[in-house]
Parts: sequence; structure tokens; C-alpha cells
Amino acid sequence: MNLKPATLQSIDEVITHYPVKRSATLPLLHLIQEDIGYLPPDTCEWVAAKLELQPINVLEVVTFYPMFRQKPIGRRHIKVCRTLSCALMGGYKTCEQFEKEFNTHRGEVSPDGEVTVDFVECLASCGTAPVVLIDDDLHEKVDCAKAKQLSDQIKAEAKKR
Amino acid sequence: MIAPPKPDLVTVNIDGKEIAVPKGTNVIEAARLVNVDVPHYCYHPKLSIVGNCRMCLIEMGMPAVDPATKAPIMDPATGKQKINWIPRPQIGCGTNVSPGLHVKTTSPMVKDAREGVMEFLLINHPLDCPICDQAGECKLQEQSTGYGRGYSRFVEQKNVKPKRTQLGPRVTLDDERCILCSRCIRFSKEIAKDDVLGFVDRGSYSTLTCFPGKQLANNYSLNTVDICPVGALTSTDFRFKMRVWFLKQTNSIDTETSVGANTVVWSREGQIYRITPRRNDDVNDTWMPDSGRELFKALKAPDRLTSAETVDALVARAAEVFKQGPVAVVGSGRSSVEEQFLTKKLAAALKATTALVSRVGQGDKLLVSADKNPNVRGALVTGLIAALPSQKLTDLAASIDAGKVKVVVSVGEDLAAAGLTAAQLAKVAIVYLGTHANATSAAAKVVLPTLSVFEKNGTFVNQQFRLQKFAQAVPGPQGATNDLIVLAKLAAAAGATVASDLGSVWKLLAAEIPNLAPITYANLPETGLLLDATPFAALPFVEGETLHFKPAVAGAAVAAKA
Repeated sequence: MNLKPATLQSIDEVITHYPVKRSATLPLLHLIQEDIGYLPPDTCEWVAAKLELQPINVLEVVTFYPMFRQKPIGRRHIKVCRTLSCALMGGYKTCEQFEKEFNTHRGEVSPDGEVTVDFVECLASCGTAPVVLIDDDLHEKVDCAKAKQLSDQIKAEAKKR
Repeated sequence: MIAPPKPDLVTVNIDGKEIAVPKGTNVIEAARLVNVDVPHYCYHPKLSIVGNCRMCLIEMGMPAVDPATKAPIMDPATGKQKINWIPRPQIGCGTNVSPGLHVKTTSPMVKDAREGVMEFLLINHPLDCPICDQAGECKLQEQSTGYGRGYSRFVEQKNVKPKRTQLGPRVTLDDERCILCSRCIRFSKEIAKDDVLGFVDRGSYSTLTCFPGKQLANNYSLNTVDICPVGALTSTDFRFKMRVWFLKQTNSIDTETSVGANTVVWSREGQIYRITPRRNDDVNDTWMPDSGRELFKALKAPDRLTSAETVDALVARAAEVFKQGPVAVVGSGRSSVEEQFLTKKLAAALKATTALVSRVGQGDKLLVSADKNPNVRGALVTGLIAALPSQKLTDLAASIDAGKVKVVVSVGEDLAAAGLTAAQLAKVAIVYLGTHANATSAAAKVVLPTLSVFEKNGTFVNQQFRLQKFAQAVPGPQGATNDLIVLAKLAAAAGATVASDLGSVWKLLAAEIPNLAPITYANLPETGLLLDATPFAALPFVEGETLHFKPAVAGAAVAAKA
């Protein structure tokens, strides 16, 4: 496990929040995913050793939550809402637009490694549907045109690097 | 002995029957006492309670009292105290009895609940009962018949899951059959202390699995197969070999070590197919080691000893050998109590010295003890030996070198393995009784083939000084004779008359050994009988702590000093 010193520090700190170490399983997994972007294959053993558990106990948790990723994702995570309001307002079309822009398919990493497009459930901004969350930034009323504009922006930033 | 304190009893009413049960009993166990079956899957008396299968739902109520005055509220219709029934079903496994608890296990609500649970369990259960190894001993089958709704409303597609995962060297898993009771997970964690099993992808695709790269390989893995209520966990060895209802069950004892785990031997037409544990709450609970389940395979081994000669001819030859000079008898901690008794008689008739060979190995603190002989204590009780045996026959070796012993009778013990050199073996004439060929049988003048534990009746004394009996499961091979008959004939050849059948031997045992006085083979309970261990309290036995056994303080202290 190649974790940043800051992450390791928060991990040690968060363990102290709970009466039994096992309770820190979920926060630890979150911290690791935040740091690395996904949960690498040796996560279960590492967390189990840290919390004095058996690896299977951690694997049970990892496989229960769909938002824990066991495979790497693109540099940015585009999360398109598909719950009722957004679906009615064209969320599916927005998603397809993103897929077309980055020549990818939902759930996969785009060929340039820049993004992963995913459908997610309600982002709690139904009044401005369809909405899209790119990493931690919420974008409202994202129709196909705005989706193209956002994509161009991402591509431009990628070129600058 | 101090009488155990009387446990606090609690009176409960189950389906109208009053019964007093110890405090802390749950409803399933209480109902069992009044012969009421509460169906269950996840509950196991020797594992922790999780209450996740929901099959044991019952209706319960408590006697009504006035909240203000605490006075009982009477029902004018019956003249008895009114019962406040809880309007929802409760799980029987997780409900401990309390005074006055009323339980209904046959009410319409309970019936509905059971049918509902059964329907959910069967939704994704494959219909491969015809080829399933569990068929005939499957709780899901039995409870479908007993408590299911009888017809299916399910028209959707069933889940597809892995069908033949190798969880370990001895256990195969069919995930589609799994009903997610988690008994195997709890067993691995709580009893075997090898927490490798778990559910992944929990939800509609919950899948039992081992952590990737790990295996369910501990020496108790096959117990998960025994406690699996369905055919999900199957023994790789027994898989697809035989329908269980064709098998004859014979009670036996695991002869691996001095723990003496109680077992059942499953056989058909003279062939053993599997060995499973038999519940004995004082010895092995409901478990046994995997290693003990494979012992029957030695029965058909190519090195099994048989003889074309009749026993009488062999005994006559042995009698000739006895005339060559002073005799030493090497008895065995693997012989039954009766055989050790006859060995002692034979030794007395031959005026021979007696010895035993000790086998000490590693104990695992559960059901494998350090003493690899199942019946050293039997030899002590019958008086075949007076002190604990050592691993090497140094005294015998010295006597042979000194020319004081010319003939050695070995009851199944490999003298070469017990420290005698080939030169020493060549100096003496050996009479060997045993089941399998070894260096001693090869060097022997006379070999008398005998029977294995699965082919005869008898008793062992385990590490707790518990006398336990085993019964014959299969007939012995042609050319092998019951040890008792061989020993009795040898004793007769040496000039002593002793009985060779179990009943008569037990009359002799009862007459000669006060510790065994009131016992006969027939009246010995299946769970065994504790003998008086006080005469042997000072002996430094090798066993460490195992399940339901703590070494005596005196013995442990001596062992620690040594």
C-alpha cells in the first residue's frame, strides 16, 4: 500500500474514534479510496492487519458497497444523475454525450485515461435537472450542449498538462 | 464429590404443555424437551446465535398483569390468567425463556411465517436434489415437506452462482444451494479459530467464499460439511459416492488420539464410505478432526495383513516359538480394553514381561491430544502396565542384548519404530499380531493377522478416563481374525484358559478389576462412562488441554518439571 503520509496520519487518528477497532473499517476504506482513487487488491489484507481482523472480514464490507471501487478510474470522475427528475429532463442523453465526447462507455476508463463516466442516483438537485457531478463540483442543467462545453474544458485542461 | 448446584428452573408453556427448563435455555431447546420441533437452519447448539434464517419464528406471550397494581389480570372465560400475545412472530433461537413465557408453535401466524421463509429460501435454490449429496439428510428438503407451502409461485429466473468452488483440499462448495445460514462461517471463526470464510457481494447475489488466496484447509474443515443444513458444502471425498439412505450407521470412536471423539461410521455392503462425528457434550460436542475421517481408508490398503493359513495352524506355530525361551510381550495402546486384558492374561501364562509403546505428538488444544494412542489408560486400568510407557523400548532392547529374552510377542507394535535395531530383531523370534505390514511383521516368525477398529467390538478409555465403546461396522477381510480370539488361543497354547467373546471377557473384567465391576459391554452408555481416575492421579500424562479436558494438576506439574 502506497499511501500518502497525511492519509496514514488520518487513518491512525480515525481508529481512535471508535470503542472497537473493527468499527473503523468503513472510514479506513474511504480514506484509502480518497487517496489512491480506488481500493487496490492488497487493501483488505492491509486494513485487516491494521484493525486486527481477518482479510475476509474486510472483503465482506468492500464487496457490499457499490461505491467502493476495486479497479482504477480515470483522472476525473463524471457522475451523471439518472434518478427520476434528471432522467425526465434528459440525463440519459447527457450521459451519452459525455460517452461520445470521450469515446468511452459508462463504467469504463476513457482511452486517454482522462475520465470515467458513470450513472449515479439522486444528487439532490432535482430543481436544476439534469445534474452532473464532476469530481466534487456540481454542474446544473447539463444538457447536451453544456455537456460538450464541459468536455471541451476538461480536454483543454488535459492538453495544458 | 460435591453435587452440582441445581440450576435455576423456569416454567414455560409450549403449545399448552408446561415444562420447567434451566434459565438461559432458548425456545428451540425448551421445545425440544417437550418433543416439539421448531424448524431452524442457522441455529446450532454449539455455535453463537445470529438469528438470520428466520425459520424458527414462533408466537409468544406473557401472563398479563395490571400495569398499576401488578395484580394478575384474569380471563373470565377460562378463569386463568390472561396471556398477552405479542402480535408479531419472534425468533425462537434468540428468545431465552422467562418465567411464565407462553409459546405457540402451531398457530396460523407461525405457519404463515414458516411458509413465507421457506418460499424465500427456495426462490434461488436449484432443483438439483436428485443428484445432491445432501438429499436424505437435507434440512431444506425436510422442512419443505414439513412446513413449506407445497407449490411454487416463482416464475422468474433463478440466480446463477459458482457451482463447484474448491474451498480447500477437502471441501467443495456449491454456492447456488447455499441458504446463507452462516453456520460454517461461525464454526470457522469460533471453533476452528481459522476465520477464512465470509459472504461477499452481499445482497441478492450473496456468495459464500474464502478470501482469495486462502483456503479452508484446517484440520476441522469437514465439520462445516456436517453442519451445513443444505448441500452447499460437500465433502470432496464423499461427493457423488453414495446415497446416504443406503448407508448403515455404526457408532465408533476416533482412534487417532486419546481424546476419543465419538463418531458414526457409514457403511454399505462391507465398505465404509464416510465417518462423521457423533454428539457427545462431554467429549467432542458435535465435532471431529478431518484426519480421523480418513482412517477407514487403511482397511483396503495393499499392505493389509491376511493369511491363507487357519488361525489354529498359526497359533500352533506360535506355540512352538514360545518354547524357544523367555518371552517378552509388547502390548499396545491402540488395543481395546478387552484385548489389553487378554494380552495381560497371555503375558501371565507365558511368565513374560509386558511393555507398551507411547506415541507422543503435537496436540491442537481442540480434539487432537498429544497422546497418539487411544487407549493407554485402558492398559493402566486393566493392569497391563503399571507406569506410563516410554516411546522407545530400551528395557526390552537391553534384555535382548543380554540374551534374557528369546521370544517377543508384539500386539500390533512395530518394534523397529520403537527403537529396536534390525540386529536385535534378528536375535529373537517374533510373534506378531497386527493389521498392516511393517518391519516387525517382515521379521516375524509367525504373523497373526487381526482386525481394525472398524471390524470389531470393544472399548477404549480416553484421556478423561471415560470408558467408551465402539461397534463393528464392517466384516474383516478373509484371513484376518478377531484379536480377542487370537489372544485367547495364544493364551490357551501357553496354558491359560480365557474366554474370547466380548460378553465373557467383560464378566472376567468385572470380576477382576474393581474399577470396572458394575459394567458390561451391553449396558455401557453410548456416551461412555467415567471411571475412577484417582489411582492414576499421580501419573504424568502427556496430554495438554483440549476441548472438555484439563490435565490433572499433579500430572501437569510433573510434566512441567520433566
